[in-house]
Amino acid sequence: MNGVQKKILPQTSITGLLTQLNIIPHQVAVEQNLLVIDKNKFDQVLLEDGDNIEIINFVGGGSGRRLRLYSPVGAVKTKNLRNGNTESCGAVKSKRANDR
Amino acid sequence: MIDKPFVIDGVTFQSRLIVGTGKYASFEENKKAVIASGAQCVTVAVRRVNILDHASENLLDYIDPKIYKILPNTAGCYTAEEAIRTARLARSAGITNWVKLEVIGNPNTLLPDNSATLEATRVLVKEGFVVFPYVSDDPIMAKKLQDAGAAVVMPLASPIGSGLGIQNPYNIQLIRESVSIPVIVDAGVGTASDAAIAMELGCDGILMNTAIAGAKNPILMASAMNYGVKAGRMAYLAGRMQKKRYAQASSPIDGMIE
Repeated sequence: MNGVQKKILPQTSITGLLTQLNIIPHQVAVEQNLLVIDKNKFDQVLLEDGDNIEIINFVGGGSGRRLRLYSPVGAVKTKNLRNGNTESCGAVKSKRANDR
Repeated sequence: MIDKPFVIDGVTFQSRLIVGTGKYASFEENKKAVIASGAQCVTVAVRRVNILDHASENLLDYIDPKIYKILPNTAGCYTAEEAIRTARLARSAGITNWVKLEVIGNPNTLLPDNSATLEATRVLVKEGFVVFPYVSDDPIMAKKLQDAGAAVVMPLASPIGSGLGIQNPYNIQLIRESVSIPVIVDAGVGTASDAAIAMELGCDGILMNTAIAGAKNPILMASAMNYGVKAGRMAYLAGRMQKKRYAQASSPIDGMIE
């Protein structure tokens, strides 16, 4: 989760996760294994073992500063991302992870 | 003279200035600078929440999305894929489908990767985003971005955060002549006169961050930029005099004391 290993009870929803983390849902966006989760489905989408979760929000920033973003696109096939098809995303790990 | 309205994706802005939210000492200072700038559109970055120690305060508690049009940016992205991913996440936050698309090509110059930017623009436009691509001051690329469906084109004045001002005014003018979508100079403006020059060249707007946040007095500089943009726009509309090589007296010769 955001690059940190975390133990969460099975069948926790995204809403449940955000509550545990004291994060207000309306201020963030969540990605589960590279799939953006619709805000209206935060209650329904459940976490599973090994999930890669990214939680983002808006911060101060104008242009260009190179900051550590989140886990790189990595093993996800470029083709899938460009087609908007993120259903078959695999592990999020690549050598680029070390480059950044 | 009444100016034509500054409209992007059906939204009319009174101010032609868009400001950033980076490098401020505090959210409070940021807010005051935005107010002083008169800007109605504010760009923000997309970043991971620090889940171990996240701040209780949020930028958007200070820059209210009900008052300001929020323009999420893909700053820090080095590939089309990263930028597309960031844009999708930003949109899912539920505030806007606008995105300031940045695909950086080099960490030292922060110059844009124009081909990757064009590629990402095509994908995002197809997905319904309103795309604001940051691009080199290249009229050919500007036209290609317009053809790809970009809502505006954002050529740099000079490298991000450099404060060098407009380095190639001829290209900026060529861009203005090459496209029908709004041209918003993004990056490189250093002070109010740079902003005025950009507007005098016929640009529709300017986006800046460091020029304000990096000033000794950001709030005063924000106000100066507000005036600089307005003065430049008015001068553009007024139509400047021709430059001449020799002096031309402005007082009449008739009636001179002999």
